[in-house]
Amino acid sequence: MTESGINPDSGELFPTTQSVAGQPIAPDRAVPGAVEGTMIDAIGGSGVEGDLAAGLTLKVRSQWSYARMRFFRHRLAIIGLVGLVIIFGAGIFANFVAPYPYAEIDLTHILQAPSSAHYFGTDAIGRDEFTRVIWGIRTSMEVGVFVAVVSTIVGLVIGAVAGYYGGWLDNLLMRATDLVLTLPLLAVLLTATALLGQGSQWRVSLILVFFFWTGIARVVRGVYLSLREKEYVEAAKASGAGDSRLMFRHILPNTLGPIVVNATLAVGTAILVEAALSFLNFGIKPPTPSLGVLVSDAQSNPQQWWLTVFPGLTIVLIVLCVNFVGDGLRDALDPTQRRMRA
Amino acid sequence: MLTYIVRRILYSIPVLFLSTFLSFLFVSYAGDPTAVLRANPRVPHSTYVHLYHQLHLDKPVIVRYFYWLDDTFTHKLGKSLITLQPLWPQITRTMGHTAQFIIISEILALILGVAVGIYSAIRQYSVFDYLFTSISFLGFAMPTFWLALLLQISFTDIYLHWNIRIFYTSGLNTVPGGPAWSIDRMQHLALPVLTLLIISFALYSRYMRASMLDVINSDYVRTARAKGVSEWRVVMRHVFRNALIPITTVAALNFGALLGGAIVTETVFSLDGIGYFFIQSLNSLDLYAVMAYLLITAIAIVVFNLIADILYGFLDPRIRYD
Repeated sequence: MTESGINPDSGELFPTTQSVAGQPIAPDRAVPGAVEGTMIDAIGGSGVEGDLAAGLTLKVRSQWSYARMRFFRHRLAIIGLVGLVIIFGAGIFANFVAPYPYAEIDLTHILQAPSSAHYFGTDAIGRDEFTRVIWGIRTSMEVGVFVAVVSTIVGLVIGAVAGYYGGWLDNLLMRATDLVLTLPLLAVLLTATALLGQGSQWRVSLILVFFFWTGIARVVRGVYLSLREKEYVEAAKASGAGDSRLMFRHILPNTLGPIVVNATLAVGTAILVEAALSFLNFGIKPPTPSLGVLVSDAQSNPQQWWLTVFPGLTIVLIVLCVNFVGDGLRDALDPTQRRMRA
Repeated sequence: MLTYIVRRILYSIPVLFLSTFLSFLFVSYAGDPTAVLRANPRVPHSTYVHLYHQLHLDKPVIVRYFYWLDDTFTHKLGKSLITLQPLWPQITRTMGHTAQFIIISEILALILGVAVGIYSAIRQYSVFDYLFTSISFLGFAMPTFWLALLLQISFTDIYLHWNIRIFYTSGLNTVPGGPAWSIDRMQHLALPVLTLLIISFALYSRYMRASMLDVINSDYVRTARAKGVSEWRVVMRHVFRNALIPITTVAALNFGALLGGAIVTETVFSLDGIGYFFIQSLNSLDLYAVMAYLLITAIAIVVFNLIADILYGFLDPRIRYD
C-alpha cells in the first residue's frame, strides 16, 4: 500500500486509500486529508511536502486527477473522445460544415453516386446527402444528450431520495421500474409516440426520458442504499449534517462514477432508440433531418446504396465512440477495479 | 422455491393489469379506429353509428377497458376493431412465424457466442480475441434496422446483377407447397435469422468472455491447476460449467424480449411475424390488436424472467429464494 504511494505511475496507485475491500471513494471533505496523508506517510511521516527526501518530488493529486490520468491512458477512450469531438463538432457547426443548404433541391442532379461535388451522393430530389447527414448528426446529438442529461437528473434525484429514505417511496419507485421492465420497451415507446410524440424532436426526447430515467434511478438507489450505512455518513450525521447535506454533499460524490458512466452510455442508447423509432415512422418526421429518418427515406431507393450506408454508418460511429468513452470512464472512475488496459 | 414462484406469479398479475390499463389508455387516446370508415362517403351514417356503438367506442375509457378484459378472457383476445376478424388465429399464426426464426437464430447465436467467448477468454489479448471483441463492439453499436437493410440491399443486388437467388429479401414463401416448400422457407428466413444472429452473437460472446475471465481467475481454478488437472479438463469442467450460469439468465431474458421485440427485423423483411403484425395494427390504430400484442409479449417477458430466476437458482445452489 505504501509503495504505490511513491510511484504514482504504477497504475495501481489510485486505490491506495480507498481499496480496502471495495470501499468507496471518500470525498476529500468527508475524510480530510486522506489522500495527502497516505502519500506523505509513505515517505516517513514528515508532515510537509517540502521536507521530503531529496530527489523525490511528490505531486499531491486529487481523486479526480487520478481518474483523469487513467482515462487519458485508455487508448480506445481517447479514440472515442476524438471521434465524438469531430462528429459532434460537425453537427454543432452544421451551418458552416455542410456544403449545401440542407433543403436545397436540385432536380438536375438526382440520385448521384458519391463524387467530389457530393461526398455522400444525392437523394431522390437532388439534395446533398452529406449535408443531410451533418444536419442529422445535430438532431441525433441533441436527442441523445438531452435524453441522457434530463433522465440522469430525474433518475438521480428520485433514486437518491428513494435509496436514502427507503420506505413507501422506495417501494413506489421499484414498482414503477418493474412496470417499465414488464413491457417490451420498443413496443411501448412506439405506442407512446403514436399518441404523444410523433414529429417533434423534443416530444420524442421527452418520451424517451420517461422510459430512461428508471434505469439510472435503480443504479443510484442501489449505491445510496449501501452508502447510507457507511461510517463516514454516520460521522457527518453525528456532526449535525442535515438530510439534504448528507444526500448531496456526502453521498452524491461517491455515486458519480456509475452515474457518469450510465449517462454516457445512455447517449448512445438514446440515439439508437430514436433512430429505430424514426425508422419505423413513429419518431421524428421528415422535414427535420434525423439519421433514422434518412435511413428510412433510403428504403424507397434501395439501388442507391449510399443513401442507406452513410447515415447508418454515422449512427454506428457515434454509438461506437460513445461506448468507447463510456468504457474508458468506467475503468477510470471505478476505484475498486485495479485492471488498467494500456 | 415453490412459494417463491407462486409469489412471483401472484405479484406479476397486478403489474400486468396496471400496464395493460396504461397501454389501453394510451392507444385509445391516440385516435379513433373508425375514422377511415367515417371519412368514407359510401358508408351510411347509421351503419357507422351502429358500429361505433357496437365497438363500445361511445363509452368512457374505463368502461371500455373492462369490455376489453371481458373480450380477452371470454373470447380469446376478442376481434380486431378494423377488420372485425377474431384475433386469436392471427396471433397464433404470426407468433408461429416469429418463433420459427427466433428459435433458429437464438440457438445459433448461443452456440457461436459461447464457443467464441470461451476461446477469447482462454487466449485473452490474442488476435482472435481482438477480432471478435471488435465485432461484438460493432454489434452493440449497430442499429438493427440498418444491418437488416444492408443485408437486404446486398442480396437484392446479387439477384439483380447476376440473377442468382441465394436468399429472398422479403416475405415468407414464394412457392405454395410441395417438396420445395421447406427450402423456399429457409431461403426466406435466412436473412432475418442472420440479422438477429449477429446482434445476439455480439451480446452472448461478450457476456461469455467476461464470465469466463471472472471464473478463470478464481481460487478453485488455481487449485485445480495446482493439483495437476489437465488444461482441457480445467477449462471444460471447472471454468466452462460455472461460466455458463450468467449466460443462461441473459439468454432466457433475451429470448423473452425477442418473442415480441423483433419488430424492426420483421418490418424490414416484411416477415409475417408478431412484431410486424403489431406495427401494422398500431398504424391503423387497431386498439384490440395492439392490446393483444402487448398482453402476449408482456406475459412472455414475465414468464421468461421467472424462468431466468428459476434457472439461476437451480444452477447456482448458493442462490436461495425465500
